Order: sequence, then C-alpha cells, then structure tokens
Amino acid sequence: MNHDQARYGDDDRYESLLSEKDTTAVDVAEASPLPDDLTRDSLELPGLSEPELSRHYTRLSQMNWSVESGPYPLGSCTMKYNPSFTEDVAADPNGGVHPDRSEESVQGTLELLYGLQDYLARIGGMDAVTLQPPAGAAGEFTGIMIAKACHEARGDPRSEVIVPASAHGTNFASAAMAGYDVVELPSGDDGRVDLDALEAAVSEETAALMLTNPNTVGLFERDIEEIAEIVHDAGGLLYYDGANLNALLGRARPGDMGFDVMHYNVHKTFATPHGGGGPGAGPVGVTEELAEFLPRPHVRERDGRYELYDPERSIGKVHGYQGNWLVLVKTYAYIARLGDSGLKDTSAKAVLNANYLAERIDYDIPYGPFHHEFAATAGDRDAADVAKGMLDHGVHPPTTKWPEFVPEAMLTEPTEAESKASLDDLADAFDAAMADSKDALEAAPSKTTARRIDQAAAARNPRLSWRALDRED
Amino acid sequence: MSEGGRHERVAGSPYTPHTPAETAEMLAAVGVDSEAELFDVPPEVRFDGDLGIEPRSERELRAELSSVLAKNDDLTGFLGRDHHSHYVPSVVDDLSQRAEFLTSYTQYQPEIAQGFLQALFEYQSLVVELTGLPVANCSMYDAATALGEAARLADRVRKVSGSVVWVPEVLHENKRAVLESYVDGTDLAVETYPMAEGTVDVDALAELADGESAMIYAENPTVHGTIEERLSDVGDVADEAGALFCLGTDTVALGLLEEPASVGADVVVGEADALGLPTAYGMGLGLFATREAFLRQVPGRLVGAGEDAAGKRAYTLTLQTREQHIRKERATSNICTNQAWVALRTAMHLAWLGPDGLVDLASRCVREAESLSARLDEFPGVKAPVHDRHHFREFLVRTDQPAPAIARDLEADGFAVHVLDDHLLQICVTDVNADETDALVAAFEEAL
Repeated sequence: MNHDQARYGDDDRYESLLSEKDTTAVDVAEASPLPDDLTRDSLELPGLSEPELSRHYTRLSQMNWSVESGPYPLGSCTMKYNPSFTEDVAADPNGGVHPDRSEESVQGTLELLYGLQDYLARIGGMDAVTLQPPAGAAGEFTGIMIAKACHEARGDPRSEVIVPASAHGTNFASAAMAGYDVVELPSGDDGRVDLDALEAAVSEETAALMLTNPNTVGLFERDIEEIAEIVHDAGGLLYYDGANLNALLGRARPGDMGFDVMHYNVHKTFATPHGGGGPGAGPVGVTEELAEFLPRPHVRERDGRYELYDPERSIGKVHGYQGNWLVLVKTYAYIARLGDSGLKDTSAKAVLNANYLAERIDYDIPYGPFHHEFAATAGDRDAADVAKGMLDHGVHPPTTKWPEFVPEAMLTEPTEAESKASLDDLADAFDAAMADSKDALEAAPSKTTARRIDQAAAARNPRLSWRALDRED
Repeated sequence: MSEGGRHERVAGSPYTPHTPAETAEMLAAVGVDSEAELFDVPPEVRFDGDLGIEPRSERELRAELSSVLAKNDDLTGFLGRDHHSHYVPSVVDDLSQRAEFLTSYTQYQPEIAQGFLQALFEYQSLVVELTGLPVANCSMYDAATALGEAARLADRVRKVSGSVVWVPEVLHENKRAVLESYVDGTDLAVETYPMAEGTVDVDALAELADGESAMIYAENPTVHGTIEERLSDVGDVADEAGALFCLGTDTVALGLLEEPASVGADVVVGEADALGLPTAYGMGLGLFATREAFLRQVPGRLVGAGEDAAGKRAYTLTLQTREQHIRKERATSNICTNQAWVALRTAMHLAWLGPDGLVDLASRCVREAESLSARLDEFPGVKAPVHDRHHFREFLVRTDQPAPAIARDLEADGFAVHVLDDHLLQICVTDVNADETDALVAAFEEAL
C-alpha cells in the first residue's frame, strides 16, 4: 500500500497564492451608495474565475494529508474514519435555520438537540448535557466555570485546580482562564496518578481535579474510586477530560466512576470530521446536582414539545448561540448509526488495534497495559526526525515528544478504523524509519510537497499574510 | 449482499474493517482470548449494561432525521442581529467537502499539510486586506468568543491600570453574556456607555472613559444595523484613555464600511461566517485581527510563511510558544480546535466574489435595507427605520400596534422577524431574502 500524497516536480510543486494569480483594486467610494466619509477608500483582493478557483483549491487539497489519504495515528487526537453519510444528513436544509427563530417554529431542531443531549448523557453516565461549547477546550472552560459556580453557590469559593503533569495542556489553560491557580500533580512511577501525591495536593482550596481516563499514555486509572473519594472528601469536584473516551465507549462511564462534570470531544469520539483543525464540539455533562448551573439556554421536553429555558443558576453563555450545530447533527447521526453494539465494537477494535500495533513494532513501550493509545519511545533517536522519516515511508507519523515524561515519545493511536493490513503497513513504516540512518532521517522528508520546514526561522521572522511577503520583495 | 455482509450487518460498528478471522489473528498476536480481556477496568466501575441506543441503517436514519427536521416550520427569515445569511455558491460546498480538507487535522506535520496551511494563510491574508491590520489569526469560534478573547488580550497588554471594558448599551445580549464569561476569571469589569440615535454617543463616552478603561468596544454596523459616523473619534477617546479600541464588524461590511485600521482600531473581532456558511443555527466563525505590537499576545493559531530545506516557500503553524501545549496555564488562550474548515469556506467565498462582487454585495445590504424600511415607513402607525442613520442589512421598526402580535401574524404568513419589545421589531434583508420583500410588505400591511 502506498499512501504518498500528490507531488509535483521540483520546480513547480508549489501552488501560487491567490494574490499571485490575480488581484484587483476597487475604488469603493465610487461604487458605494453611502457618503464617502462612511466608506473605505479602496479594496484590493484577488478575484478568480470559478474554474480557476476550483483548480486552486483542488490542487491545495492534493497537497494535504487526511484520514482519507491513509492512517493518521496522532495520539490523543483520535483521527478515525469519518462516514460520508453524516455529511449528507448535516446538509439537510431544514436543519440550518436562524438561531433566533421562535421555539415553536424550530421543533425539529430542538428535538434533535434534545435527542443528542440524551444520547450523550447515557454514554457518559451523566444526568444532564449542554451542547453549547464549540470545542473540547471550550467544554473544559465551561465545566470549570460550572465547578466554580457550584462552590460559590455553596458559600465555599476555592482557588485551585489540580491537573496531572500528563494532562492535555488545554486543562491547564482552561483552569487558568477561569481564574484558578493550577497545581500540577506529578505522575507516579507507573505513569498513573500517585495517591500519596494526590493526598498531598488536595486541600480546602481544591475546586476540582481534572483527569483524563484512560490517561494520555493509554493507561486506565485503576484507583479511580479512591481518587474520587480523596477529591470529594476535600470538598472538590472531579472533572473528566473526554479526550480519550473512545477507549471506553459502552465499557465504562465517567458518571459511574464518580466524575461530577465532563466534556465530550465529538470530533474525536463520534467521528465528526476535524476539518483541518475544527470545527469540533465540546458538550459538557454534569450530575443532577450541577444541572442548575448549565449554560443558558438549555433544551428540555414538556408534553411532547421542546423548549428552551434558562437553568436557575446558569453560569451564562460560552458561545453566541448553541455551538456548532452542523457538528452536532453529524454526532447524532453517528451515534444513532452505531447504537449500543456499534459503540461497544468501536472501543473493542480501538483497543485491539492499539495493542496489536504495539506488539508489531520494534520499539520500547514503557508502562502498560494500555487501551487505545501507547507512547513508544524512539530511544536514542530524535522522535521528530523519526516522524519525518515515516513521512518518506508513506504514512502520517504519530504525535511526537509528548507526553513529556516519556523520552522521545511517539504517542500512537491507530483508532478502530484501520484494518489488520493497514496496521501491518503502518508497523513496517515505523520500523523502517527506525532503521534509517541518522543522515537519512535528518534529510527527510523528501517525498512530500514541501521538504523539511525550518519552523524556528519562521517564528523568528513572522510573515503572516501575503502583504508581509510583498513587503519583503 | 449475503446475510452478515457489511450492508446488512446490525451488530458491531459499520466502520471497523475487521473480519472475524482477522480479529482472531490479532487477538492471538496480542496474546489474549477476547477483546474484553484488553480492558484494564476494575469490575467496580465496569459498565455491563445497555445504553439503550438502537442502531439504525443509513437508510432508516436518513429518513428519521429528515422527518425530524421537517418538523421545523418553513419560514422565510428576515432575521439578523449578528448572524447573517448570504447566498453561498455551490463551488464552496463542493471544494470544501473534498475529503483531504474535511478529514484532515491541525497541521502538526507541515510538510504533508501544505494545502490547508496555504488556505489558512490566504484566509489570514484576506482578513488583513479587509481590516488593514497586519496580524490576523486563522479563526476563533464566533464573534462573541472573539470579543471575549479581545478583552483578555487587553487585560494582558494594557499600559494603564484600567480594568473597565466599555461596551455599547445596544449590544446583542448573547455577546454581552459570553464576554462576561470570558472576563469572569480576570479583574476586568464590563460597563455600558450610551448610544445616541443608534450610534455611539461619543461625548458621553469621552466623559466616562478615563484611566480605568482597559478596552472600548464599538460595532459597525451595530446590532441594529446602524452605520457609525464617528468611529475615528471613538478611536481618539480610547487612545486618550490609554484603552484598546476594539471594533466589531463582519466580512461583508468590511468590503464597504470604513477600514478599521484607518479609524484607529487596535483589535477587530466579529463574524466571518457572513461569507461561507449558511445560518447553521448559530454556528459561526470568529474574526480576530490586531496590530503588530500585540503579535505575541494573540489568542489562537497563526500560520506563517517560511522556507523548506530546498529553499522554497512553505507554510507552517508559527509562534506556537503562545499555545497551551508549550505554555500550559500561561498560554494566550485555551484554543486548540478552532473553526479552520469554516475559515477555508470563507476564503473560498471571498475569492469567488472578488473585490467587485464583495462591494456589490455590501452595497446591496445598504440599498435593500433603505428600500424596505422606506416601504414600511409609509404605513400609518409605523416608523422605519427608527434611527436617522444609514443602515446595513437591518433596521428597527416602531409600531403603534403591539409588535409581538404583528410578528405572530407574520409568522402565520410564513415570515420570521425579531421582536425587541412591545412596539419594536427588527428586520434584516440581504441578497437571500430580497426577492421576498414584496410578500413581506403585503403581509405586514395585513398584520397592521
């Protein structure tokens, strides 16, 4: 199997910028129905014919890796296959109504949102779910705001959030955004939470512990019940980072483990496309006790009609409207297509694939047993170089140099969507890159659209628009 | 296909490619007898129950979803208020749906992601051309969250000790609410300044804004569709107070109205989805542009041009030291997944329009509002527009009759408009509903 992306001859493998194809300056004041002093003077933009535009973007697409191109085993990103049909149903013209339409006139939209709230609550073992946050990190911020509102309502405001060193960086950033001091919890020798360290970290200032389970090297926090007890005894709340929920679908539920609040990354777990970096959606689930703090408005059902209402002590809003609707429709369709048996099969194959790939590659893999992802180590080689070498062996490499407590980490998550044959190919690429000479790795990649890019130089001299490029010419 | 074939399969996921024989072979390679053995979950927290979610075939589900969504009433929307609908050309749907764009991810390996990186670089470049500000990020979630991030940026870069974020009294309630959430963890406080005839009361603002001010926010057009006439003066007030001047707008308005850089804007936020997206129940795309001085404080992702080992121009995510995977709690924002694909669509739509097309579209937003408001104004007991200002897309209508009743009658006739209070409606007209204005005017007359 060859997954090389479209390439071009050395002289012309780069597609010109829109601005290099054509720009026109328009005298705006002349064309405008407004007085001159209310308009801009001129406007200079590219303006391409539709055939030219079509070729431009088609060519750009050919210079881009996607799940459709081949395996995309980025650890913690869950780049699984995105079904075509969820795109179709999201395009239903009846779905794309204006957000200020009256409740009575959008019963269909509200019914679907209500249905999705219900599905997610079942999957997470939570009592209520808001769909408003437009991304996972926005979900984290929302969840922490809910925890904060809860403590304030109890007359017990707190100042700290505990986050394990191995957690996603967004956890730290989201807690800080909500105004908390972040207490970093070191990982134990087995890569999991060290209960003694947790005991030492919690205090009456602890608002919440943010935990990913399985964690970022695919290890299940087996002591989760003790962890929950320690946090709850200190008066804190337990927050579940849903980034790795794909490993537990239908097998274990955060609500059953003692988590009070969680977010779901629907673009990871429920196969809505990542879109080159978004849009995603980060619904938040809570226990009954926290439901009164959910963002407003919330959707509920009464006598067969659906309505929007403001939860009594709502934290307010985290998005202008109801989040990323198109993504939510795809999520609903995906969950309903799979149902119980499909969700369980998803986690089964995701975990099987990770374990099989780990078995197949000739790398050291610390810790274990793991679920859906594992952190192989490149040992005395530079993980970033090995990754570039993998590009030349025709596959997308895993996440590199993260998490930091695994030296030269290559965090690998094949997902359930890869076949055995595909995993065998991927394993061969892993091993081939490790067998390449240091010189070969440092010269890689050579088969991709661009050769190795000097990211440090690009950051030293930031050029962020074609105007900046023109200025240098 | 035979029973048990992929199309008929009811048990398991339709998107896992494993045959039973392969599964067995893989389990043997791993050294376990069953998939269940792979789960390192203590029995106390294992879930052995049923979620109660019935799997459906594609065909069944397609029918189910379309019948659920068909429960929405078929109305012609004359709705706006920060969320606008313009015709999106088919080519945008076609090209943006190409799987290589749709199912790709954040460009962590730039050599193999040049296509999307270049598209985002072009999006940033288009925003730079529209705003005149040299730094644009490659998306925020929506206008409201972009405003929240602007306030947090002001908090990081302010020169004085100010902590007040001044916003107009005429502001979408949702935007205000999101802004309040975003400043909740800071010392910033949101305060309101008055408007006169639907635009900024500059003299009143000048009285209010002092050394305590961190940021002054204004919109052009405002949520009521009025076009500001003294934006440069607002910029001067902000300057004198040592506050940032943040301007809210959208991609269509930017084609026509005063260039933000020329009125002294330090930050531009707003909806970019006015181009590229239909009214997807409020899904958006947040604009964010600012001055060079604040480059290292910008929230979200930035794409930069650099060079590859062959000396060719190439694109990469840049200035990542601002981001949470490096600076964790000291990051400029928590944004990781953004709205990249929507930004791609907006860039496509803008490039399709070209400068002439954009100016035409924006001019139409002025002309249609002027013409529709003038027609409604002729009815006795109706004043439209309420404010003696130029308008963009939308305007207020004061009615002697109760406005909610008029809106109900209009809805019964198939039209949706905003009700602001007992005697105030708001109506928005763009290229997509302009052909329905005759029918709206007739229904309006009947409703009076």
